[in-house]
Amino acid sequence: MKNRLKILRAERDWTQGDLAEALEISRQSVNAIETGKYDPSLPLAFKIADLFGMTIEQVFINEESGA
Amino acid sequence: MAEKMSPQIKRYLKRIAILMVLYLIFLFSADYLIDNEMVSGAPAYILALLAGLPVAGMFWAIGMLLIEETDEFLRMLLVRQTLIATGIAMAAASIWGFLENFGLAPHVDSYWWAIIWFGGLGVGALVNKLTLGAAGPG
Repeated sequence: MKNRLKILRAERDWTQGDLAEALEISRQSVNAIETGKYDPSLPLAFKIADLFGMTIEQVFINEESGA
Repeated sequence: MAEKMSPQIKRYLKRIAILMVLYLIFLFSADYLIDNEMVSGAPAYILALLAGLPVAGMFWAIGMLLIEETDEFLRMLLVRQTLIATGIAMAAASIWGFLENFGLAPHVDSYWWAIIWFGGLGVGALVNKLTLGAAGPG
């Protein structure tokens, strides 16, 4: 699943490590999510969206629906 | 930059280190005492059992890491590692078992399947690294 994590992070001038710390996950997890190699669980997706003050749909792109 | 080791990884490494020390102590004790016929009967059985228990403990330690790992991505990587290790070890045991049964291969002591399983964790880590960009927890 594609997402805007890298852009959102860059806009805030955060490193992957900064984002990992804020989300209380590993840097490897942030990297895997950013590169689309791993889709986070719903609770983690909510946590990510909440951190950026957005909805899940504003962070993650549902390619199947094209939304 | 090296990342800080998580508490669950620290606990895992501590458990593995203790089990390794116990394994070496029990293995060399059993080897020395049984081979030199210094013990027999029930004490020999207990010594042989003690040599195997720390190895069983390593499976427990990996299971505990799986339970205690709070990072869902790292937990998934470990699950993949253990599945790959199990597949390799069970496949090897099954194939070798039949070869041995038909007298086409020499006898292999069964603790080798555990050793192959631990090697399989390494194969799993490599597969994780190549496909998902990270080897696993730790």
